[in-house]
Amino acid sequence: MKMALFFPELFLLLSCLVIFLLTLGKMRSSTVRNITAALSIIAFLICAGSLRLEGDLFFKAYRIDLFSQLFKLAITGGVALLLLFSRELKGIEETIRAEYYLFLLLSALGLVMLVSSVELLSIFVALELSSYALYLLVPMRDDHSGLREQMEAGIKYILFGVVATGIMLFGMSYLFGLTGTTYLSELIPAMNQVIGTPAAIVGIALVMGGFFFKLGLFPFHFWLPDVYQGASNETTAFIASVPKLGAVALLIRVATLAAPSAATLVNLLMILAVCSMFYGNLIALVQKDIKRMLAFSGIAHAGFVILGIITLKDTGFASAIYYITGYMLMNLACFLVICNVSVKGENLAISDLTGLYKRAPLLAFTLAVGMFALAGIPPFVGFMGKFMLLAGALKEGYLTLVILAAINTAIAIYYYLSVVRVSYCTDPEERPALTVAPLTQVISIVLVLIIIIMGVMPAPVVDIATAAVRGIM
Amino acid sequence: MQDFLIMNTLGYPILSLLVFLPLAGVIPLLILKNDAAAKYWTLFITIVIAVISLQLYFKFDKTTALYQFGVDHAWIPMWDIRYTLGIDGISLLLILLTTMIMPLCVLCSWNYITTRVRPFLACLLIMETSMLGVFMALDFVLFYILWEAMLIPMYLLIAIWGGPRKIYASIKFFLYTLAGSVLLLVAIIALYMKNGTFSIPMMMGQDYSSVFQIYVFLAFFLAFAIKVPMFPFHTWLPAAHVEAPTAGSVVLASVLLKMGTYGFLRFCLPITPEASIFFMPYILWLSIAGIIYGGFTALAQQDMKKLIAYSSVGHMGFVTLGIFVFNAHGIEGALLQMINHGVTTGALFIIVGMIYERTHSRELALAAGVGKFMPVYVTFLGFFSLSSLAFPGTNSFIGEFLVLAGAFAKSKIVAACAIPGAVLAAAYMLRMLQKVVWGGTNNPDQSYLADLNVREIITLAPLLLFVLWIGLNPAPFMDVMHASVNHLIQQVGIADAGPQGILEVAKLAIPH
Repeated sequence: MKMALFFPELFLLLSCLVIFLLTLGKMRSSTVRNITAALSIIAFLICAGSLRLEGDLFFKAYRIDLFSQLFKLAITGGVALLLLFSRELKGIEETIRAEYYLFLLLSALGLVMLVSSVELLSIFVALELSSYALYLLVPMRDDHSGLREQMEAGIKYILFGVVATGIMLFGMSYLFGLTGTTYLSELIPAMNQVIGTPAAIVGIALVMGGFFFKLGLFPFHFWLPDVYQGASNETTAFIASVPKLGAVALLIRVATLAAPSAATLVNLLMILAVCSMFYGNLIALVQKDIKRMLAFSGIAHAGFVILGIITLKDTGFASAIYYITGYMLMNLACFLVICNVSVKGENLAISDLTGLYKRAPLLAFTLAVGMFALAGIPPFVGFMGKFMLLAGALKEGYLTLVILAAINTAIAIYYYLSVVRVSYCTDPEERPALTVAPLTQVISIVLVLIIIIMGVMPAPVVDIATAAVRGIM
Repeated sequence: MQDFLIMNTLGYPILSLLVFLPLAGVIPLLILKNDAAAKYWTLFITIVIAVISLQLYFKFDKTTALYQFGVDHAWIPMWDIRYTLGIDGISLLLILLTTMIMPLCVLCSWNYITTRVRPFLACLLIMETSMLGVFMALDFVLFYILWEAMLIPMYLLIAIWGGPRKIYASIKFFLYTLAGSVLLLVAIIALYMKNGTFSIPMMMGQDYSSVFQIYVFLAFFLAFAIKVPMFPFHTWLPAAHVEAPTAGSVVLASVLLKMGTYGFLRFCLPITPEASIFFMPYILWLSIAGIIYGGFTALAQQDMKKLIAYSSVGHMGFVTLGIFVFNAHGIEGALLQMINHGVTTGALFIIVGMIYERTHSRELALAAGVGKFMPVYVTFLGFFSLSSLAFPGTNSFIGEFLVLAGAFAKSKIVAACAIPGAVLAAAYMLRMLQKVVWGGTNNPDQSYLADLNVREIITLAPLLLFVLWIGLNPAPFMDVMHASVNHLIQQVGIADAGPQGILEVAKLAIPH
């Protein structure tokens, strides 16, 4: 039954329609939120149920396989977690909160469709669906600072985004021109014939550019710090975590075009990865605003993920999937704390976390786990991901790259540690104690547990990711 | 089943039990609301662990160099990472030292720590898990995970419960040790690429090329030399020691520093013997530099904790000296000296902590002349000071004697250069002892000081017992290491006979 294959997307689409109807009425925003959260949990459960489905839809432009279903599971899971812990949308005005949830779900729907798309045009359409919803989320923030910085961030986001899309389309035209097809399944053998030619390399690199933008890889990173800063905390939590899953999924799909070997492309990616890591980590060292710091740390992490892509091997791709899933969870843990510490939805300086251990011990602990995990300290998921990426890259002989990446983890520890230091080693002075809703407490404990368990027992996740990657190669 | 491992036959997985019991002990701390109850619970669990660990000594087979009490399970099949634990003569005493010192750490923090007591105890227990795991791990990834994971509780111990400059000291500690070990990870993966396994014993005695060995050795060396710490990588140590709470200093001095030298013995020598021989002269001279430098700097200190911290640099110089002379006397002496340093320096830090609790100062001048009012205290201080300067009859004498005997067998010049270190040790320890016991004519008023209470005597007495026991009858401690040390020397010796060119280089740097 073909309908069953499309069920997660259909359900999300239906959810969007439901929310859309709600936006027309005068329902209280908390009710809308509860409905959205419930719908996202159901979507997550549906994705879990359809994990093992397989099949093609829409003239084979849309493929359901373990790879896509795994990503769908992670994406809907991330959205559900996010909706559960961002209890009230502090940075968004009451009147447009219902619309906010609509666009959030639409963006999630776009990402869910993106990871299943195996044809260039459907990839493009799905990507735009998720992007345009996001472009709208950013300026929906209330004008708390009086500087209209959310508008600035929104404009930056959409301008850079459109340029990146243009670059990607240009690359797709190369691929189509070279091979005469837009189907990935037909592109892979056709590209193998011409992979040595400059046009093929340029085409693949340009297509990847569109996803580098989503991932925030150097030199497509310019929007990251400003958008993180300008968007409300909840929006940033979403932008920082979930779309990066989609980006990595599509990078892997595009990278399979270049497998098993493409030295020029690999060299290019290596340079981008190294630049990304050094740039992100060095600039993060001097940040005062925690969201900006996480933005630069995100650029560095994007460089790390590339370590898995350049292996062009199933193990490397699987490590990249594991890493980006872990990254999403670590980021969500950090943003859970940021969203809850920020009283009126304002931006937080790192110094605003002063004495957090006294104001909200659980939040301080979650933040510490998140930061140590992002820094790649065992036994958390960040370490295992880092370890597997380094091991995979070294297996392919990229020793210099691995050493540079290792040095970067040593640089990065300083700014992660300074957040822990501020929250644990200083007194709160006059800052009031924080009340944390029971549901948020549960979510933060769940996140901490997943971060630890995935770090100590990575085998199940890596096994399923490897199986998923083998299916598409 | 791997042939380097003798599986555990005790009927219960003793090593896994020892590793995970402290971690399990954290759970009640989360539930208990009462600080006093939490302290008693932590004391209880650490004593239970110490008692269980005694089994290791009594059931240890001294005749074999294989790893005993083995546990081996698949962990991450994709990378062939296994959960493998086992101990030999090199790690046995270090494990016992760790389990024995932990109850004393709880005892010496009884009144010292007044804020956030339960998190403090939890950090101590997590430390114990990772420290024991490091000494037992026979899989390199398992080792690395525990080695790194330890940074978090240790960082928190210094950063939360430390002294006035705790933030500087804790970040320096974290950055130094982490920066040292990132390349260790690269070296571990490189070794995996060569061998297809992360099993540490299976990496030993393989036929690696000289260049590969040298790179791997350098990565190892950076990580371990920072941890030891060897001159000139030692600057984090005085800061961390001075700012850490007493229990933190004790854990740091007694156990953490040993991990560096343990790393040399477990990894550098057997995995990269050729490179070890190549770098031997440099490391010997760095050790000498550490001994002399540590001695002179200790002599100039006014802060008692700093004095002992710098004396650690000197003492650890003796340990690395003993390891890198590559003979049985040197390595056994170094191993014994590791234990001795753990006992004696741990005790000295506890002693400084006791005076700090009373006077709220670690200044030598402010602690002058307490002998009149605290006779029991200065008696303990006297014994441990003598032990620290390697007075005959105490534990350090045996260790230092063996190290020097080994050094003389290797090279008279190197050994002769280490001798002033022993003299300096006497100078700075006696200076402190004299000041604290008698002082001078202008002593501050110390009449308000109360002598040690029962808890404090119980804290110090076991350490004193070991000082005298090892000093007068070292045989029970030496017996367990012979087989493993001989095996280790054979592993290095194979390379020793091999590449003549490297040996010639070594001879040039060290005149015989």
